[in-house]
This record gives sequence, structure tokens and C-alpha cells, in this order.
Amino acid sequence: MKQSVTLNKVTQLIGMGFFKNIANLFTGKLEKDEVKSILRKTLVPIASILLFIGLWHAGAKALYNKEAEFKIAKALEDQGQAEADALKVCIASGDSSCQPNTLPSPIQVWGSFKSLLKDHNIISADKAAFKEKTAAMNAKRIEQGKDPITYTGRPSFVDQIVRSLKTVFAGFLLALLIAVPLGIFIGLSPTLKSAFNWFIQIFKPVSPVVWYLLVFMIVKTILIDSSEDSSFTISFISVGLCSMWATLVNTAMGVASVDKDYINVAKVLKLGTFQKVFKVILPSSLPLIFTGLKITLSVAWMVLIAIELLAQSPGLGLFVWEEFQNGANDSNAKIIVAMFVIGIIGFLLDRIMLAIQNSVSFVKTDAI
Amino acid sequence: MAYLELKNIYKTYGQGEDSTEVLSNINLEIEEGEFVAIVGFTGSGKTTLVNLINGLVQPTSGEVLFKGEPVVDTSHERGVIFQNYSLLPWLTVGQNVYMAVKEAFPKESKAQLMERVKQYVDMVSLSPAINKRPKELSGGMRQRVAVARALAMKPEMIIMDEPLGALDALTRGNLQDEILNIWSKDKRTALLITNDVDEGIYMADRIIPLRPGPKATLGPEFKIDIDRPRSKTELNDNENYKKTRNAIIEYLMDIGDERKSVSNEEYILPEISPKSFVGQF
Ligand SMILES: Nc1ncnc2c1ncn2[C@@H]1O[C@H](COP(=O)(O)OP(=O)(O)O)[C@@H](O)[C@H]1O
Ligand SMILES: [Mg+2]
Repeated sequence: MKQSVTLNKVTQLIGMGFFKNIANLFTGKLEKDEVKSILRKTLVPIASILLFIGLWHAGAKALYNKEAEFKIAKALEDQGQAEADALKVCIASGDSSCQPNTLPSPIQVWGSFKSLLKDHNIISADKAAFKEKTAAMNAKRIEQGKDPITYTGRPSFVDQIVRSLKTVFAGFLLALLIAVPLGIFIGLSPTLKSAFNWFIQIFKPVSPVVWYLLVFMIVKTILIDSSEDSSFTISFISVGLCSMWATLVNTAMGVASVDKDYINVAKVLKLGTFQKVFKVILPSSLPLIFTGLKITLSVAWMVLIAIELLAQSPGLGLFVWEEFQNGANDSNAKIIVAMFVIGIIGFLLDRIMLAIQNSVSFVKTDAI
Repeated sequence: MAYLELKNIYKTYGQGEDSTEVLSNINLEIEEGEFVAIVGFTGSGKTTLVNLINGLVQPTSGEVLFKGEPVVDTSHERGVIFQNYSLLPWLTVGQNVYMAVKEAFPKESKAQLMERVKQYVDMVSLSPAINKRPKELSGGMRQRVAVARALAMKPEMIIMDEPLGALDALTRGNLQDEILNIWSKDKRTALLITNDVDEGIYMADRIIPLRPGPKATLGPEFKIDIDRPRSKTELNDNENYKKTRNAIIEYLMDIGDERKSVSNEEYILPEISPKSFVGQF
């Protein structure tokens, strides 16, 4: 009983009443209306997902046929009947060397997903073996004050996801550390607001690519003596700078528009500046600050792919780019896998922020 | 020299064409230990008057003197109970009160401050709710928190802006008695803003009507010569009470009629629009 209560709370907090509905369907006694609404909330999404996959499958098949016909016609024109027939047989046999290159079907994407996971398992086993092999040597090297030998093999898909998450988290943290304090100062002081307004107006719409180039120019020079890979530093700083504007604006707005009643309370109690800011102004602007942070996180995740690609930082962005360049038989399917992974992680990040936001929100009328 | 003195107060909001003179030529003297009530219609400028006295608002011209000193800022000597409670929704009942006592008694230890919080939360019988947030409380309970917060600071003068306006009759009666208790026990000075004549008569030594705005001025004062402690049930049979009550209500009806005929003339609405932050960044 207690468990189901907390489960309900959690699912509600992150806005996934969906799971609760399914659970209720199996456990609870339900009214007729409720059954109807639960069926609507569970069956309709499932049906729409199936419909989506069906349409995708049909579309992919049509594109596949078109591409195949074109290929055969081209072979006929360039190389003659014999080659064209051979190609036809080759395509029909499913041989990977001659498959038409187009939108992959759902089944192909699923296959790629599984092969990426398998690849990950192989690489992690490899890594573990490497670690075991070098453990003794590394211990010695550390004793001698040398850097330990690290695994330099190809990262797996999961490693790349983790790297992307690290980058986005570092960028988000940077945005938070810059935008929240700055936003508070701007919100508190009309003078600072005038000083920063042009700055915000001009830099807010700048594209991620340009931010990347700017950060690259600066960081490259700063880290000129360091032999370490600067792609992580460059990408997380670019992500942070790109995405911090929503938080900056929302924080400034929240701080500047604190309810007059609360300010009057602060005045009548004669709170000092510090107390006033931390006990009244900040708590009252928290909901807006978190709205800003939520936008910041989703923007950060969105621009991350482009920035990783530019910075050659081995995350999802680079994965997508390399697969595209590589043009191997299952590259397209892997790109689609990455697309879904990016989408789902973005969705989960958004839900987590929503949960945090809901937990700090209050309604003004709550106190009246 | 009176304890609190308002001399020729004028208060105008806004500037140029959009300005409205809300209060006009306000003169008021309150002696130490007195309980004064001001009754008036909604929108006549009662809250403005309160804010002038507690120091949140400065007069356009004229002087507010508290113990002979001009009021230029808020002070812990003058406690305020706001019209809309103004509790901080992210703090619990105890924390709301604690915040106030911490400012009022900066030298005391945390334990001493907590003791004060307990004492005042207990006084308004909210001890069981001390760890609740305002949204979990009823309107009456919230108002009692606001009362506890203001009184816990031990102000010399208590300024109350329609403190019981939103409460049901029963809760209202209880809180009236609680406020009276504290006022008489600690010998404070009190200013009560109300729109309820009976409340004013029950609680105050003097009732002064605030005439309707704009350019609201104070009307003639009505002394309430009824011995304390007063009892609601006996009050109804008291000749003095009946006479005073009738006089005040008659006066208020007269100025109410005046207001109606005035408002027939013409009403120019001020040009205001909601504050927009969207375009500012
Ligand atoms: N800060 C302000 N700026 C402009 N006008 C105000 C302000 N505060 C109050 N007013 C106006 O002054 C008049 C009196 O308001 P108020 O003192 O709140 O009246 P009451 O408390 O008697 O209802 C109202 O017409 C109101 O619109
Ligand atoms: Mg008012």
C-alpha cells in the first residue's frame, strides 16, 4: 500500500500518470468512467505508436523500392543488361554490399540498436581485460610518478551517450552558475539591467555554431600549452553559453517582479539586504528560475549534438556525424537509433526538471 | 505632544495628468495606550493611510510624527498586520513567526527565539499547525499567524489594516478578544482599520470615519464611552452603545449618499494596463 502511494506520487510528479493508469487497471476497482478514461490514456498512445511504426515501415519500403529501381536502371544504362540483372539478384538476396541506401525500416533500426548494444558489450569486455592486464603496470607507473596507461580504443555507443550526458551536465552547470547569480543582480538593480540589456538582446539569438567558434578561438589559445584534448572543455562551455539565456532572463524577471506584499513584509520586518534576498526574493522567484533552468536544459541538449559534431567531441553528435560520413550499410539505421536515443533522453531530462520545478512551486494565493 | 501625530497629510499617487489625490488634509492625534478605529469605504485610502503611518509610504506633503520624530522608514516599534495577511508561502507557520522575532530580537539565542515563537503561536492556538505551510491553513488560521507574527515582535504600537475582514463571524469574534487581551495586558497603542462599525465600537476608544476618496479626509470622531471589558451580549442593551452606533451609521449613510451623487457626475477611468515583462529583455 505504502509503496503504491509513493509510486503514484513519483509518477504524478514527473507527469507520467500513464504508468499509474496501467497499474490501476490491474490492481484497483474502477468506475466505468475511469475505465474509459484509462483505456483512452493507454490504448490510444499504444495505437498511435503502432500506426506510426506502420507508416514508417510503408514509407521506408516505398523509398527502398524507388532507390532500388533507380540503381538497376542506372546499372542498365552504364554497364549493360548483365550487370543490371546481377544487381537485381544481389539486392533481392539481401547482400549488404549492394543494398539501396535510403530511410531504414523500423526492423533495420531495431537490428542496429541491438548490434550497437552488442558492440558495447564487446568493447566493455575489452576494456575490462585491458584494465586487468595493465593494472600491475599502472600501479608501478603511478609509483614512479608517470601517467597511467589508459584505454584508447574506440568508444562504444553507450560510452558516447555517457560522454554527451557529461557534456550537457557540465554545460548546464556552467549556465546555472553564470545565469542565476547574474540574473539576480540584474533583477535587483535597474542600473545593471540597463547595462546588460543590449548584451542580452544581442547575444541571445546567436546560433550555437557561432558560440562554438567563439569559444574555440578563446579556449584554444588558453589551453595552448596543454597537451590534453580540449574538445570536452570547448563543447561544454559552448553548450553552457548557448543555453544560459533562458535562465538569465527568467531569473532577472522573477527577481524584478517579486510580489509587492512580500517586499512590504521584508520592509516591515526590517530584513537586511542579505536576508531580504535569500529569505524573500529568491524563494519567491524560484518557480520562474526553474522554468528558466528547464528551458536551459532542453536547449543545452538540443544544441549539444551540433556542437559535439563541430568540436569533434566523441559524444552522440560525433557519432551521428561519423555514421553519416562513413556511409556504411547500416549507418542510416544507426543515425535513426541515435535520433531516438537523443529524443528519449531529452524527454527524460525535461521530466526530471519538471519534477523539480513542481516541487519548488507555490501559488501566491496559497498564502492569502 | 501626542504619541502619534498626522499633520496636514496629503497623498497623491502618480504624476501629471494621471495623478490622483487619494488623501487630503488628514489630521489625527493618537495618545499612548489608546485604541483608535478608523472606518471607511473600500477604496477610500485606508491602506494608504496605514502605510503612511507604518513608514512604507511617504506623504506628498504634511508630516507623520511618531513620538515626536518624523516617520521616514518602517520600524519595529510599529507592528503591522496587513490586510491580505502577507505570509510567506514557502515558510511554515513557525518559520514565518521566527523570521520576525529574529529581526526584532537580534541579540537573543536561537532557543530564546524559538521560545517566543512557541509562545505566540500558542497564543493564537495554532501550536498543532506550527509546521504547516500557509496553503494548508484556513483563512482564519492564516490571519492568526499574521497576528502572531506582528505581536511576537512586541511592537509599542499595533497597526491593523482590516485584519479580520475575510473571516467568518465566529473566528472574528475570537480574534477580536485576543487582540484586545494583548492590547490591554501589555498596554500598547492600537490603530484598527475596519469596515465594520460594530467591530470598531466593540474594540476602540474612538472611531473616526474616513470619508470616501478621492481626496478623502477624516470625519468627526465618535468617542465610545463604554467600560471595559466589554461584552458583546451586554453591549446590545447598552443605551450608550445604541446611541453611538446609530450616530455613526447615520453619518456613514450620509456620506455614502453624497458619494453616490458625486459618482453620478462623471467617472474618468485612469489609463492603466497590466505591467508587461515580456518585451523588456
Ligand atoms: N501604489 C499605488 N499607486 C497608485 N494608486 C494607488 C496605489 N495604492 C493605492 N492606490 C489608489 O489609492 C486609492 C486608495 O487605495 P487604498 O488605500 O488601498 O484604499 P482602501 O484600503 O481604503 O481600500 C485607490 O483608488 C487605489 O487605486
Ligand atoms: Mg485596503
